[in-house]
Amino acid sequence: MEENNNNIFEPRIIAFVCNWCTYAGADLTGTSRIKYATNVEIVRFPCTGRIDFMLLLKAFAGGADGIIISGCHPNDCHYTSGNFHARRRWMVFRDMLDFMGIDIERIRWSWVSAAEGAKWADVVNDTVGKIREMGPYTEYKKAAKFLEEEKIIHE
Amino acid sequence: MKLGFYPGCSLNGTAREYNESVKALAPVFGIELIDIDDWNCCGASAAHAVNRDLSLALPARTLALAEKQGFDEIVVPCAACFNRLAVAQYELNKDEMLKKSVEKSIDMTFNNDIKILNVVQFIDKYIKDKILEKISHKFEHQVACYYGCLLVRPNKIIDFDRVEDPTSLDELMQLIGATPIDWGFKTECCGASLSIARTDLVAKLSGNIVKDAADRGAEAIIVACPMCHSNLDMRRPQIDEYVGEKISTPVIYITQAIGLAVGIAPEKLGLQRHFVKVNTL
Amino acid sequence: MSKIGVFICHCGENISATVDCERVAKSASEMEGVAFATDYKYMCSDPGQSLIKNAIREYHLDGVVVGSCSPRMHEPTFRRACSEAGLNPYLCEIANLREHVSWVHEKSEATTLKAIDIVKGVVEKVRRNKPLNAIEVPITKKALVIGGGIAGIQASLDIANCGQKVILIEKGPSIGGHMSQLSETFPTLDCSQCILTPRMVEVAQHPNITLYTYAELEKLDGFIGNFKATIRLKAKSVDYNKCTGCGLCTTKCPQKKIPSEFNEGLGTRTAIFTPFPQAVPNKPAIDKEHCNYYQKGKCKVCQKFCPTGAIEYDKPDEFITEDIGAVIVTTGFNVLKTDFFPEYGYGKYKDVITGLQFERLASASGPTLGEIRRPSDGQIPKKIVFISCCGSRDPAKGIPYCSKICCMYTAKHAMLYQHKVHDGESTIFYMDVRAGGKNYEEFVRRAVEEDHVNYVRGRVARVYEKNGKLIVKGVDTLLGAKPVEIEADMVVLATAGVANKGAEELAQKMHISYDPYHFFAEAHPKLKPVETNTAGIFLAGACQAPKDIPETVASASGAAVKAVSLLSQPTLVREPIVAVVNRCAPPMFSTCVGCFMCETICPYNAIEHEEIKDRRTGKVIKTVAKINPGLCQGCGTCVSFCRSKSIDIQGYTNEEMFAEVTALLNK
Repeated sequence: MEENNNNIFEPRIIAFVCNWCTYAGADLTGTSRIKYATNVEIVRFPCTGRIDFMLLLKAFAGGADGIIISGCHPNDCHYTSGNFHARRRWMVFRDMLDFMGIDIERIRWSWVSAAEGAKWADVVNDTVGKIREMGPYTEYKKAAKFLEEEKIIHE
Repeated sequence: MKLGFYPGCSLNGTAREYNESVKALAPVFGIELIDIDDWNCCGASAAHAVNRDLSLALPARTLALAEKQGFDEIVVPCAACFNRLAVAQYELNKDEMLKKSVEKSIDMTFNNDIKILNVVQFIDKYIKDKILEKISHKFEHQVACYYGCLLVRPNKIIDFDRVEDPTSLDELMQLIGATPIDWGFKTECCGASLSIARTDLVAKLSGNIVKDAADRGAEAIIVACPMCHSNLDMRRPQIDEYVGEKISTPVIYITQAIGLAVGIAPEKLGLQRHFVKVNTL
Repeated sequence: MSKIGVFICHCGENISATVDCERVAKSASEMEGVAFATDYKYMCSDPGQSLIKNAIREYHLDGVVVGSCSPRMHEPTFRRACSEAGLNPYLCEIANLREHVSWVHEKSEATTLKAIDIVKGVVEKVRRNKPLNAIEVPITKKALVIGGGIAGIQASLDIANCGQKVILIEKGPSIGGHMSQLSETFPTLDCSQCILTPRMVEVAQHPNITLYTYAELEKLDGFIGNFKATIRLKAKSVDYNKCTGCGLCTTKCPQKKIPSEFNEGLGTRTAIFTPFPQAVPNKPAIDKEHCNYYQKGKCKVCQKFCPTGAIEYDKPDEFITEDIGAVIVTTGFNVLKTDFFPEYGYGKYKDVITGLQFERLASASGPTLGEIRRPSDGQIPKKIVFISCCGSRDPAKGIPYCSKICCMYTAKHAMLYQHKVHDGESTIFYMDVRAGGKNYEEFVRRAVEEDHVNYVRGRVARVYEKNGKLIVKGVDTLLGAKPVEIEADMVVLATAGVANKGAEELAQKMHISYDPYHFFAEAHPKLKPVETNTAGIFLAGACQAPKDIPETVASASGAAVKAVSLLSQPTLVREPIVAVVNRCAPPMFSTCVGCFMCETICPYNAIEHEEIKDRRTGKVIKTVAKINPGLCQGCGTCVSFCRSKSIDIQGYTNEEMFAEVTALLNK
């Protein structure tokens, strides 16, 4: 958790994006000089289908307050169907996270194409605003730390 | 075999002969048609143009009553009633919230899975197979089968026959020995309820239908809808005036034609009730 | 301990205006594993690149991070520079400080901190990067073109003229396709056959082209550069080595009333036939379904009359297998028949015809020798109605798309009709007139203004016959939705262009994707219009969507170039961003358990089964997945799908990605 001079909570958000649509879309946001919040850092993957959802847990454990996953629109996947597979796995994974007590509202899923530079800025600003309202995500970090330090003792 | 029966207003009024012929035909094939107790207006012609909730609640009440009275299937001879009931069933099955609100307004809950049959579906399902063994007088005439708009539409809800070029009536007529003519007015508009407000338009629209049938040598026009019937039959003086000649081709219900073929007396089928006399048959 | 070099680019002022580049470089120099860090005004410039190269040599760097513009811009540039300095190019990565930082944020502490974070993430990734080598795959220098219409002809000729070998297969007895059926072509009104037949002959005579007519693709195995195609050569019942194409057999055949496919059923042909006089090859084949001998067991008239003894009955279909480097699919399209339209008579009125049938009526080689005569009684129609968008743009009919060619050919039909029947009256019912194309709009205007074709905007509800006339009931929506009724002598339906029969099965044979209407799908609608998602298979012509001739020819040439550029390389070099199934020491061999879930989700069929055998006994120990690097395109879906975490993708390994994410968050 960080606080700036005005005591406003500045969330840390990691964006997992595909190389072909959203990464290029975010590039277009830059070329169009559209400004957005600094809270989001982008990690590039070949495809949303590549995104291992364990990475999301890792990011929360590492102190992320929110996550964005974004790829090509359905039917536009560079690899034909990677985004469909990602979406399908996400449906299942989301319910599991929810069951485990992880705040799935902190994960934003969106489709941003290479032509949607403005949309990317909106997605980022929107997510930052929402996570800012929700406040820092300390629960999972604590749990992760506990697991790491204490270990679970199996009988 | 007992089936629920929904006459609707027409069959108790202008289309009494339709009612009589359906009721006369069913027992010949061992089927008992039992009126749905306390049935109400289907909302046709007016309700769906004015108030959507009402247009769904009215048929929903009848469907719920039928379900309560233990019917799995109901026969709805009037094409307009059939259409309203089928559309309401489809709409309510599609939208759970809507169904709930309608259930509230009719003060009844129901499964909404009753099977609704129009007269042609009813004949296809329960009568068609046995027609040949019952035929005593072959109906050897050239006929024009006229379907109107409501019997097969909207196609995605009704899912019956080919929407642009239906053939079910033609097949039935062929079965009882008639020769259906090939014509382009099978599903043209008869003018429907404009009969009251703009009789001149009905004379024109129905006139084109009757004229084409007569020109192509049809000895009778076969219908399955009370509205079509009244426009083609009752409006004949206006039609004659519009086309400028006297056309004496009668308009008869499919049930009357089959009734004649299986030897039911014409009076029992209500054939004497038509405006255009049916002597020629 | 790794030795990473970090190079922060100012990009003039593009980055340095909002990011404190010096501070980023300084922070980077303090990161773990970083041996050298600096900043420079233009890193992509020649001195900038030299700076990187010198640092690599001087500090023996084993990894490079360039903080600059998007990797989509200069990643190849910096990787090349590294490679020139002796560093494996895949050990160089870009931290995107321009598009993702300086251009989207104001100058602030937070902006610089974000830049530092990003550099840190990439440094952590590069520390774990493995040197990778581009993948080399051999290439069979031969192309297979499927479908002998104008697209297949053009593609074959283009490839052959580049000096590469081509096999062209065509399922019918002659090449030429739909174009050979057309009368004159828009917008120039030049005769279709006159421009097409010389090319057909060229195909037959080209030393680099092997033509198989009456042939179909049976099976396609392998991958880019290394396909294996099994081709079925359907028995023609005629030995083409002996046949001289004299045509005597076709005049003697007693079966004369078979509807001719070439004339769209408006003419007849015999059971032994060449589809049209200019056919290539101009030799007949026997249509077994209509042949007296094949159906009833006796006749053999053609054999009796054949002067060279070329007729050979009862020969089975032959199968040949060819090694192929690239495939071009040009199987074309078809148009709906009139029986699809109940409202227009369900095909029962003889004088309601399709646009393609009208082409045959208007064609000098057609059944009426180019005179417009109606099929029912051979009279010249004085009133003709054209209905465009028959089926097209009508979701209720299951065809929401625009068939694209109909507006133009309908205008052409009306024009041809007016040119041939001077006192005739032609009406076109239309939704919109879509005349996008060079000289297209002018062409349509000519039809309206010079040839006085009557355009009525509205749909036709019904066509029926009365007293020998076709009554066309429609509406004129530009005149306040006034109903229109025309007593026509003939009605021409511009029926929708649809995918060819069997397109779906063919797509599945080749593992290429297709859309809901069974048209083949391109890899990218804009930037990869002739590629499929399967590397090495290309598309051209109307098998993708309805296309007119210029567009078809352009796409055929485009596909040909793609095929040639593949075939002209000595070997195939591909980015090594491919998935790999791990291998480890016996007795494990691999953590892969052989569930092959990956096989079900791989869009490229790149997952193969590999049997690990005992060296001495040859007994199979376990079957594991193996990824064919020639087919794998590196999407990585299998990586996240793998239940035992046995697959990883080079360039984006789990280790690398986890490190990057962790580093981004660790302050």
